[in-house]
Amino acid sequence: MIEAVGLTKRYGQTVAVDNLSFTVQPGRVTGFLGPNGAGKSTTMRMILGLDNPTAGRVLIGGKPYKQLDRPLRTVGALLDAKWVHPNRSARAHLLWLARSNGLPARRVDEVLELVGLTKVAKRRAGGFSLGMSQRLGIAGALLGDPGVLLFDEPVNGLDPEGILWIRNFMQGLAADGRTVLVSSHLLSEMALTAEDLVVIGRGKLISQGSTTDFIERSTENTVLVRSPHLDKLRPALLDKGFTVREDGDGTLTVSGASSDQIGDIAAAGGVVLHELSPQRGSLEQAFMQLTGDAVEYRTDLGGTDGVADNFVPAGK
Amino acid sequence: MTLLAVERIKLFSTRSPWWCTLLALALPIGLASIIAANSNSDFPLTVSLTQTGYTFGLIVIMVLAALAITTEYRFGTIKSTFQAVPNRTAPLVAKAVVVTLLAGVVGEAAAFGALGISKLIKPDVALTLSSSTEWRNVAGVGLVYACGALLALGVGMLIRQTAGAVSILLVWALLAENLVTLIPKIGVKIQAWLPFHVADHFLNGGEPTPRGRDGGPAAVVYHLSPWGSLLYFAGVSLAVLIIGIVVTNKRDA
Repeated sequence: MIEAVGLTKRYGQTVAVDNLSFTVQPGRVTGFLGPNGAGKSTTMRMILGLDNPTAGRVLIGGKPYKQLDRPLRTVGALLDAKWVHPNRSARAHLLWLARSNGLPARRVDEVLELVGLTKVAKRRAGGFSLGMSQRLGIAGALLGDPGVLLFDEPVNGLDPEGILWIRNFMQGLAADGRTVLVSSHLLSEMALTAEDLVVIGRGKLISQGSTTDFIERSTENTVLVRSPHLDKLRPALLDKGFTVREDGDGTLTVSGASSDQIGDIAAAGGVVLHELSPQRGSLEQAFMQLTGDAVEYRTDLGGTDGVADNFVPAGK
Repeated sequence: MTLLAVERIKLFSTRSPWWCTLLALALPIGLASIIAANSNSDFPLTVSLTQTGYTFGLIVIMVLAALAITTEYRFGTIKSTFQAVPNRTAPLVAKAVVVTLLAGVVGEAAAFGALGISKLIKPDVALTLSSSTEWRNVAGVGLVYACGALLALGVGMLIRQTAGAVSILLVWALLAENLVTLIPKIGVKIQAWLPFHVADHFLNGGEPTPRGRDGGPAAVVYHLSPWGSLLYFAGVSLAVLIIGIVVTNKRDA
């Protein structure tokens, strides 16, 4: 379990992480979500004791990272796949890591096998593709068979095959009962990977909870209804106080009602339905609404779509 | 012990230490062979003369030591290191031990190699280590290399960038200390306390005509005995290293 309490990091005048408190539970993948520059990587570095918090603390299984004995056995992390000397072989890289935490050389060969790099183990890591580097980084994180795993933007720049591999891999790790924290700036990716979400923007906590709850709360839910008897259905829905929008070609979009309620109303009025399907707002749109105020380097150019309109502060 | 093995793996699993080692041996030995080949009765070969090229080897060793730490910052492996061993002092001290040992061994090999090749080229000149001064001339090189490596590691930890650290070391050792002579009157007095000059005094002090690194008009008058000079050089190097370790502990990795 990871527990952050009042975590703060200040660089001069800039506040990178601002009084951040959250917990990450074992046995599930927790997504750490925020736009670029929200303070995700800084937080992860503080979890690992690489950066010192200006205030607050973060504990792993009740202990600060720096007090862990042979920490690779407790926490495995992949913050940047490029943190490898380019002229060192993949095996030599893992070998020194293993040695530093009293892990046998046999374990190095095991993790290389696990991530599928056995064949290129002797090659210099500088010649690896991004996908291979990422796998090497994951091999390093798994060396000590740790109960807690941190991954910083692990799917960035990967091809679909690599993304799928990492996603399944992380879910497998969580299914073993490990604590898995994965950062990302893409909600759509997290929706597929993570059960829980910690959402931050400008270093501040925006929300913590289950992914489904977050998406439910933050997206506008509507129901699409197609029927040959819209003229009968529409007044019935309006009577119940739902908002109805006519889309033409015999369909209605109803907001504020669940598909169950609409089905009941239709049956009561003897209306035939040809389609009754819940619609979900785009995840990107929801994410931007929530973190919109929290984006550090916002441009003023994006005011043409519907999303930007939602940013307009009250009073304008 | 584990951390010494870790740093040994790190050092020897990349290529630059091997090249630096080779160069640190080749330069002093190569220069010794040129000097030996050109020596004659007007320009007699002595034990201390065979060690003329030690400065070049020292510079290369310092580059090796600086690289050993700055490449870790360059490629982010310092973060993996501190992630694996959060007590930062331990891996830094381990690195210092490994690099210093290597520097010492290379220094001795270079010094005795330079003496050996001079003997081969001029077998009729008596190049024997008969006095303690001559022993110091030759065997002392390894000690100076080891201290130089400590100093370079300290500078590397403070600067964290290869280009910056190496420039500082080169300018300091080859240029800055010698330019101090240009300051009227007190220049030579200051020089007597500059680390690389003092290190040279350890190796060559007590010679009838001090070869000197300066070659300037006024000779530098040293206040320390040769062995005191080594202690001074070692002390300065160790101080820089300790500052480097303290600062690294305080800074974000």
